[in-house]
Amino acid sequence: MNSYHLDHLQYLEAEAIHVMREVAAEFDRPALLFSGGKDSICLLRLAEKAFRPSDIPMPFLNVDTGHHFPELNEFRDRRAQQLGAKLIVRKVEDAISKGIAIPSPGEISRNRLQIPTLLAAIEEFRFDCCIGGARRDEEKARAKERFFSFRDGFGQWDPKNQRPEIWNLYNARVNPGENMRVFPLSNWTEMDVWEYIRKENLEVPMIYFSHRRKCVRRHGQWLPVNDLVPPRNGERVEELVVRVRTIGDIISTGMVESRADSVDDIIAEIAAARVTERGSRADDKAGDAAMEDRKKAGYF
Amino acid sequence: MHPIEILRFNTCGSVDDGKSTLIGRLLYDSKNLMEDQLEALERSADITGGGQINLANLTDGLRAEREQGITIDVAYRYFATPRRKFIVADTPGHVQYTRNMVTGASTANLSIVLVDARQGVIEQSRRHTYISALLGIPHLVIAVNKMDLVDWSRERFREIRDQFEDFLPRLDVFRDVKFIPISALNGDNVVEFSKHTPWYEGPTLLGHLENVHIASDWNLSAFRFPVQWVNRPNNPRDPKLHDFRGFSGQIAGGIVKIGQKVMVLPGGLRSTVKDIWIYDGSLQEAFCPQPVTLVLEHDIDVSRGDMIIGRENLPGMSTDLHARVCWMHTHPLQRGKKYFLKHTTQTVQAVITDIEDRINVSTFEPEPDAPELALNDIGEIRLKTSKPLIFDGYATNRLTGSFILIEPGANATAGAGMLFPPMEIVKPEYNDFAI
Repeated sequence: MNSYHLDHLQYLEAEAIHVMREVAAEFDRPALLFSGGKDSICLLRLAEKAFRPSDIPMPFLNVDTGHHFPELNEFRDRRAQQLGAKLIVRKVEDAISKGIAIPSPGEISRNRLQIPTLLAAIEEFRFDCCIGGARRDEEKARAKERFFSFRDGFGQWDPKNQRPEIWNLYNARVNPGENMRVFPLSNWTEMDVWEYIRKENLEVPMIYFSHRRKCVRRHGQWLPVNDLVPPRNGERVEELVVRVRTIGDIISTGMVESRADSVDDIIAEIAAARVTERGSRADDKAGDAAMEDRKKAGYF
Repeated sequence: MHPIEILRFNTCGSVDDGKSTLIGRLLYDSKNLMEDQLEALERSADITGGGQINLANLTDGLRAEREQGITIDVAYRYFATPRRKFIVADTPGHVQYTRNMVTGASTANLSIVLVDARQGVIEQSRRHTYISALLGIPHLVIAVNKMDLVDWSRERFREIRDQFEDFLPRLDVFRDVKFIPISALNGDNVVEFSKHTPWYEGPTLLGHLENVHIASDWNLSAFRFPVQWVNRPNNPRDPKLHDFRGFSGQIAGGIVKIGQKVMVLPGGLRSTVKDIWIYDGSLQEAFCPQPVTLVLEHDIDVSRGDMIIGRENLPGMSTDLHARVCWMHTHPLQRGKKYFLKHTTQTVQAVITDIEDRINVSTFEPEPDAPELALNDIGEIRLKTSKPLIFDGYATNRLTGSFILIEPGANATAGAGMLFPPMEIVKPEYNDFAI
């Protein structure tokens, strides 16, 4: 292999930076969705690489379900401040009290309610583009997703009628009221994300590393015990050495038993893993088309 | 640690040739399938498949696809072996979905055309091979599938190879072509060698994917830098950056070095590369397809859509274009129609001045006097643009030789264009370095 050759991480980085700069050049009011999770942490480094020495030319946006891990929100706020970026947080709680998001009777999960909250934020700030950290390898409906994913005036995704995406020529044209979701990490895998975190020496929230936590066994996974997830009758609380592999809400994210306490350990663990990262998310197990249905409605 | 490269490939074949099954098999046998994915497969097998696991369900991710048992849209899959990482575009085989194949093939290093051993070469096989050639994919694999259903006949395999070799020379673009007898369903010659084909001496499919030489698939001979974004910090904290003015973009061809003399088109102004900025420092040189920020010696007017080039191997520059186009929209392409045309980082207006022919993709013969190009048609057209494009022939450079057409209104991506080599190259108006 000669020196004029990119390895896999350099290739993926080049592709993602190109996508980021297309967004900055083609849209009037873009935003970057930043949750503090591992994928969006990579997005921030890519944004730095795409735009420095200038400021990152877009605010960060996060939809707070009210069920976030507190460690994640702390990290999110600190990282945005370090980068000198404007962070906009919109809460599902507020969307419910304003009647924008309407819970069904007995609905505890905030997963579905994120969608109207996000769409209301897009409308409020008139964002014409949101960059997200979703990856095609996460889930099979996502495998059909474009880099530039068009959403109509209702925020809907129409999977059967997507714009063809050819070469690296992204069609970024939208009419007023329509918007685009852009996914620079489309071609990254979970392994690529961690290898990039290692290569760039990126800080990640501590809950990705092994720690002691009280858990209960429910629906075949270990859920973290907290105010929102109290132990039920007959459930035994166990203190385990665990970490999170993927971060969703605190009420649905399964903890995995792990002694991985460095990025190297995590990479070794993923290499040996026999389940996908989404295997620990109850929200994706709701049915064969759970993700497709949420995406059609405006989920990112 | 040995650096790992990415190989991008696409699979094409007609309905029921077993594309999705083949990808499922590659993932399964190379141990890239996880337990929860297998569980999900088993769940859907119990519900819809009478208990039989269907590897195609791995890639058919949309509900309508599972209901109809077909692949509607390009699905991307990822797997890795210790030698390489793979990005797979699973492209549908239906005639009406040819646009998806163009999409999947546009970024591929290698194309796998699947053929049913019982049927041999059919119209779809010729179409898929033609499109792979049209898109300039350097490496081709003909996977002769369902060999178990023809009793692993060496004669049948040879017959099919001969059928291909009758027309392959006319497509003359592939750097290498490999024929492999397989059974995707049973896994023969996919990851493991088959015990049924002692007469076959080539590699398994995965073995070939791991070893085919792709290092020279990018153009490294002529420097091309479409300016993507002008990088000018507002109120930088570092006083050294007060006058910083860089041009960010991805190198679309060749190599650039500090000190190199360059020209900015279409204006024709000349300067020298002062710095090649990346986030964590400067580079002495950079190459295609690296993203960089160039700083020039002189404070000249440069904006998005301009192209910075080297002094040798000059590109074409014209508002009159000649291209092959694959049409992807239900509204046909017609003479006199206007579109937005996106080429590198510039979007201009374009009008169709002529449709020279439509290609019959079964015979590869041009059919002149085509009144229009309908969805999935491929033809030669002439266009006129509102501003000049700075371009190369597609065969020379896929990045500077390609464009898309966007229909005004709903902004649908309506066509994919591949430019013929320029009739004349840029003629610099003055030869001396002068500002």
